[in-house]
Amino acid sequence: MQISLSHFLAVGALLFAFGIVTVATRRNAVGVLMGVELILNGANVNFVAFNRYVGSAGTQTFDAIGGQVFSLFVIVLAAAEAAVGLAIVLAIFQTFKSIDVRSADLMRE
Amino acid sequence: MESKGGKLVAWALAAVAVVAFVVYMATQVVGPAARGMPRPVAGALTLPDVLFYVIAGFTVVGAAGVTLSRNILYSAFGLLTALLGAGALYVMLSADFVAVAQLLVYIGGVLVLILFAVMLTSRISDIKVSNTSFGLFGGVLLFVAAAPVLLSVALLTPWRVVPPAALAPTAEVIGDALLSRWLLPFEVASLVLLSTLIGAVLIARKEIKAEEA
Repeated sequence: MQISLSHFLAVGALLFAFGIVTVATRRNAVGVLMGVELILNGANVNFVAFNRYVGSAGTQTFDAIGGQVFSLFVIVLAAAEAAVGLAIVLAIFQTFKSIDVRSADLMRE
Repeated sequence: MESKGGKLVAWALAAVAVVAFVVYMATQVVGPAARGMPRPVAGALTLPDVLFYVIAGFTVVGAAGVTLSRNILYSAFGLLTALLGAGALYVMLSADFVAVAQLLVYIGGVLVLILFAVMLTSRISDIKVSNTSFGLFGGVLLFVAAAPVLLSVALLTPWRVVPPAALAPTAEVIGDALLSRWLLPFEVASLVLLSTLIGAVLIARKEIKAEEA
């Protein structure tokens, strides 16, 4: 069977599902961030797959690479999110001596 | 604290809600869309097909490892596998520049950052304390709610697919596009990165100073 759009969308859907389960079930704040990365990657796979199979037929026009450019911006924002998120995790660890997300339930030390 | 019976009732209600959601989506949303779709004909497996299945398997197994592993360090390695697999999928989708960006930014940057955070924040005995708080049951419930619906939408919807063009390099046209049509988002992204840089330093630094004082 010829590999087509649905196959890539299925991979993206599984990445998203595993990511959302990770975000919901992890106690470890770093684990939660990993789940967010998985979700963003699932979305990215969808963007690039749709860009190839549903976009306009040419390859060298701006219209034909819109999805790829969008996924590039997603990658940039994911990097920014990871940096700030991990800085917050470090701050939580130094304040509460733990990165269990359930322990960070106070707005003071 | 809630009583045990109340918790049980809440979980049962959640399970019922999930099943109802899946059934509703299957009968009302996905089913009608899938009608009239031509059955795919099974042909011989070609090399790209086999390659796709191998890479997709790697990706999904990595993602499952992130979710299921008890050890946060193994989760990080699962994430590495998943990100590498996604990068390989981008190559198969003729997105070479995105694939390289994925490798450089995600695997070279984000993953190393995550590993640093794991090493900095967990004592060795603490590394294993990353088990689930929702419990296995809640996780499975959430997966059952999310995965089948998304998968059936992906696999059954009759997408209007155009025959894809041959694989071609895209770096040149992406460069042109980023500096002409998408110039404003490009510049905003650079501002976001700058503020992220400053913000991350500020957030991570303040507490150290407070601790020293």
